[in-house]
Amino acid sequence: MNPFDYARAADPAEAVRLAGARPNTKFLGGGTNLVDLMRETIETPDSLVDVTGLSRRIEVLADGGILIGAAARNTAVAADPAVRKRFPMLARAILAGASAQIRNMATVGGNIMQRTRCCYFYDDAARCNKRVPGAGCDAVGGFNRMHAILGASPACVATHPSDLCVALAALDAVVHVEGPTGGRTLRFIDFHRLPGDRPDIETALAADELITAVELPPLSAAARSTYRKVRDRSSYAFALVSVAAALDVAADGTVGTVRLALGGVAHKPWRAAKAEAALHGAPATEASFRAAAEAELMDAVGLPGNAFKIELAKRTIVATLAGLVRGERS
Amino acid sequence: MRFIINGQSVERALDARTSLLDLLRDHLHLTGTKKGCNQGACGACTVLVEGERINACLALAVQYQERPITTIEGLGEEVALHPLQRAFIEHDGFQCGYCTPGQICSAVGMMAEAGRGVPSAVTADLDGDSVDLTHDELRERMSGNLCRCGAHNGIIEAIQAAMAPAPAQAAPVKEDAR
Amino acid sequence: MSLIRDAIDAVRRLVPEALPGALPSEAPPDPLIDARRVIGTPLSRVDGPLKVAGKARFAAEVPLDGLVYAALRYSAVARGRIAVLDTAAAEAAPGVLLVMTHRNAPRLSPPPLMMADPRGAAASSLPVMQDATIRWNGEPVALVVAATQEQAEHAASLIRIDYEAEAAALSFDAAKPHAAPPGDILGEPTTIKVGDAEAAVAGAAFRVDRIYRTPRHNHCAIEPHAVTVAWEGDSLTIHDATQMVHLTRSTMAAVFGIAEEQVRVLSPFVGGGFGNKAVWNHHVLAAAAARMVNRPVRLALSREGVFRATGGRTLTEQRVALGAKADGTLAGLIHSGVTGITSHNQCPEQFSFPARHLYAADSFLITQSAVELDMVANTFMRAPGESIGTFALESAIDELAETMGLDPVELRRRLEPERDPTSGLAFSSRHLVEAYRRGAERFGWDRRNPTPRARRDGDWLIGQGVATATYPYYRMPGGEARIRLRADGHAVVQMAAHEMGMGTATVQAQQAAERLGLPVERVTFEYGDSALPRGTLAGGSSQSASIAAAVAAAQAVLVEQLLRLAGNDSPLAGLKPAEVEARDGGLCYRDDPRRCESYASILRRAGQDELVAEAAAPPPAETQAYSMHSYGAQFCELRVNAVTGETRVTRWVGSFNTGRILNPKTAASQFRGGIIMGLGLALTEETLFDERTGRIMNPSLADYHVPVHLDVPEIDVIWNDIPDPHSPLGLHGIGEIGITGVGAAVANAVHNATGIRVRELPITLDKLL
Repeated sequence: MNPFDYARAADPAEAVRLAGARPNTKFLGGGTNLVDLMRETIETPDSLVDVTGLSRRIEVLADGGILIGAAARNTAVAADPAVRKRFPMLARAILAGASAQIRNMATVGGNIMQRTRCCYFYDDAARCNKRVPGAGCDAVGGFNRMHAILGASPACVATHPSDLCVALAALDAVVHVEGPTGGRTLRFIDFHRLPGDRPDIETALAADELITAVELPPLSAAARSTYRKVRDRSSYAFALVSVAAALDVAADGTVGTVRLALGGVAHKPWRAAKAEAALHGAPATEASFRAAAEAELMDAVGLPGNAFKIELAKRTIVATLAGLVRGERS
Repeated sequence: MRFIINGQSVERALDARTSLLDLLRDHLHLTGTKKGCNQGACGACTVLVEGERINACLALAVQYQERPITTIEGLGEEVALHPLQRAFIEHDGFQCGYCTPGQICSAVGMMAEAGRGVPSAVTADLDGDSVDLTHDELRERMSGNLCRCGAHNGIIEAIQAAMAPAPAQAAPVKEDAR
Repeated sequence: MSLIRDAIDAVRRLVPEALPGALPSEAPPDPLIDARRVIGTPLSRVDGPLKVAGKARFAAEVPLDGLVYAALRYSAVARGRIAVLDTAAAEAAPGVLLVMTHRNAPRLSPPPLMMADPRGAAASSLPVMQDATIRWNGEPVALVVAATQEQAEHAASLIRIDYEAEAAALSFDAAKPHAAPPGDILGEPTTIKVGDAEAAVAGAAFRVDRIYRTPRHNHCAIEPHAVTVAWEGDSLTIHDATQMVHLTRSTMAAVFGIAEEQVRVLSPFVGGGFGNKAVWNHHVLAAAAARMVNRPVRLALSREGVFRATGGRTLTEQRVALGAKADGTLAGLIHSGVTGITSHNQCPEQFSFPARHLYAADSFLITQSAVELDMVANTFMRAPGESIGTFALESAIDELAETMGLDPVELRRRLEPERDPTSGLAFSSRHLVEAYRRGAERFGWDRRNPTPRARRDGDWLIGQGVATATYPYYRMPGGEARIRLRADGHAVVQMAAHEMGMGTATVQAQQAAERLGLPVERVTFEYGDSALPRGTLAGGSSQSASIAAAVAAAQAVLVEQLLRLAGNDSPLAGLKPAEVEARDGGLCYRDDPRRCESYASILRRAGQDELVAEAAAPPPAETQAYSMHSYGAQFCELRVNAVTGETRVTRWVGSFNTGRILNPKTAASQFRGGIIMGLGLALTEETLFDERTGRIMNPSLADYHVPVHLDVPEIDVIWNDIPDPHSPLGLHGIGEIGITGVGAAVANAVHNATGIRVRELPITLDKLL
């Protein structure tokens, strides 16, 4: 780990000011990804601004939405009664991620800012366009079980490992950020980037901008929502495929509101817009769900190690939606 | 920098890079907290900060100044063990003993989380206020602590025994059939 | 295994002289094989309080004055030379005391190789950091010593290294056509041929002929390898995490050209070994660096370092072909295949061992060959050979049972041999059918539905499977024990043995207490220090038998000394050693329990505070006279998600025949531990070796998936507890048998659940979609 300066910010303005005053600064939350990457000398900031002292409030808004301070710990969000009642998919997504210890450390802002990564990104003996732009990608011809089937580019096939973010993508969350010239908001689904030819640039956030809060707009259908994670061991593993889903079935048995996002399949949390479009007004049946899954995965491209994820994703989408119809797991 | 470890205040001039784990092990010689992976993947370094379990390897010590930290050494000593420590011995909840302090600290934190109603990935009903720590719940909640010797059954039994209303020692030991 | 070869040689040399005219088989059983005063009691671990309080000090935790910290850099190519080596920035970095590379490392002899050199503990015979040549991807190429760990790691990252890469042998499939049989397989013949098995299989009424594949595995002990080393003049002290203190001592002495007596290795606690804690480069590098900086040095491998600089279980491709007659007996049994090895180690992964004694057949072809690859030396990992050999063989037996429409337990009963089918020797203690009977009853095997995909609960398909477990009985030669009997009636038993969690500290105190006729509270077992009498390595599940034999020998000497010391004023006067037994804290005449004298009384009357007896164990003649193995039956119930292919093991019964069980509490943990590692082998574990570069791509516990708590069901273990009349205390070692048969039991249950037969481990969900 390279040496660095450390400072602690009391509020967003101070954090942004501190960051602006020092070159090559990173904001530090729970450290669960950044400290690890610094130890691997993949991240080499000259200074860290600790933002864990910022707001960790979880506030129910007048419109029924919820505003979550960026420093809120993952565990606190998952345990929050309003989150559990209104957005169970978010609680379930968080609880499916990492371990209890890491959820106790990790902040919501930090979770969103964790790196999209793969084992070749982590290994400095391997070629990686994300680590060294233009170096090439060893994952495409190597081990790619954990890699992307949607939205990948020849430059990068890594996946975003967050569970929480899959739920935020499905819920149309809004990210509040603070920068040197003031605040702004971004739609969560626009926050992360697909790799294109610059996989080293992962978000739409400027280097001197700080996430201060995440807002969940009201969504009555989310009261019946869930998160299904499929992985290589029963706990404490990244997703091969995960599905965040909310479903509202009308009295006539057709799909009313539906929200669907996928994890483990792309460089960013993948909002399944095509599937949603296919489902609107369709009968809430397994046949419709399968057709919607087919539509979403139509453009999927498998590598030798991960081609199975295309069928796995389809099946998991169908099973998750069917489970919601049956009323399984809130 | 000032730290509050097992109720005692200690001051050390530290490199900002020093992890809470290396502070404990290399600087304070509190080697009960173990280094198994140094990347948050095994749980051997689990300590309690304000009663919450965290991985000390991913924690920069500088972030944890002035906050009460409990390590395995603060839970109980050989001659005055914590009920959970006694239960680990009784139920053979370890073999080599290397992951053990982390498992025990994790279990203490886990019981507190459950007491606050924090759900887990296997909690069926998210609307419930209280958590019934079933076998599945315990196994999921302890999954952040790896054990390679394979003491998993004994660890879960020890936690169940320590949670039981009766004293841990009174809990029946599972008989291994002969 | 040279150790086994040594044992064989030792027996051949010594037995005729030791027992002129007598076959070892005529040696009387150990009089304690049925003892139940201390042996067989579920004593809690004596080191438990230390371990649960965090006070057990492991190798990386020994405080020394002036200690400095080391970090390693590893090569990024599999074969070639270091072309550019720039250490200037590292040398200038804060706190740095030394940057050691092949340029400035002291000239050192190559380490003696384990299993090849009688002194050897090294898993590879390659010289350590002696030249610019690279021999595997991940080989240590530089070491930094600094005042703190952070400084050492940072400086190591500043070293610039470029390589001239050379073509390397990395592809197993490409190398396979060039596979060659090793000279022997751990002292056993590489090939066993009885009759014409190929023809017998080809002409059999029922046939199975399949290829099975198993990947590389890593041990993943939670404690990474570490040494804390200090020189005092030419004397070296190593605080180590090792399974072989004495062999480490002799290996390090040879490397540094000093006498063995100048090296002391201490290893009181080992945070898991599983075969991996031998001598690797870090021992040599830390000691060399400590000498150069003239300070004590700690070198704790990072988790990545454990994957790069120490080896794991190698990969295999195995063929099992079975030909059965209509009555269910075997006309032919073929088990052959290829493993990957290196040119610099001695670890053939003896997958073909189980087939040599498990089943009766009219003809056999058992053979294994190997290909040499450019990789970190593969090494022994829990039940080397047997763990993955049983995956292939026991899967094939299940396939044959299905082909024949027979219950797989019944098929195995029909294939039960009366004598070892390939050596012709009598079994010392087999009782496999009994283990199956008891296991099947406990599991409820008779309620199993043999039709695949017939049981379902919602999305979950339920399956049950069974497989045989087996592991050899080994006892290592050369062990010595010392008993220090004190006048206060306490005994200290000393032998440089190892406690990696098997329960050594506890169980060996128990067996010594039984042997000495003392309460267990009055016996202390001291181990883990090369200053103690010579211990044998903790491997091959041999340690308990090796210690028991040495302690029995020392006790025999002690009894002679006690009788001499007792003299004519003792109730024991005139008795010979064979006429007395240890009981109630002293010795008693066997035929008259009233003629006793306590140890305390004998020593006090003689005016002695302590009596010391030391002896070496006799050579393991029993393994030459009998086919000695442990056996068991593994019963698995699991669920496979019909949608996603996820497998969840829900129930397990392991039923074992492993001689006497010394401590049911620690023994149950040993069995369970093996079974759980077997669940990883079956379902999740695979070391990803990128054949383009020779690089291991999942060198972390996040990406190499060992089982987590939620993967582990309640595991029921039972045992026959029938003493083996030919082993010390009637015991067999039990550290490894637990993992054997697990892969096949899971695969067979998966087949029962889904109808899908997976012949390549691990059984990941994509194979079940």
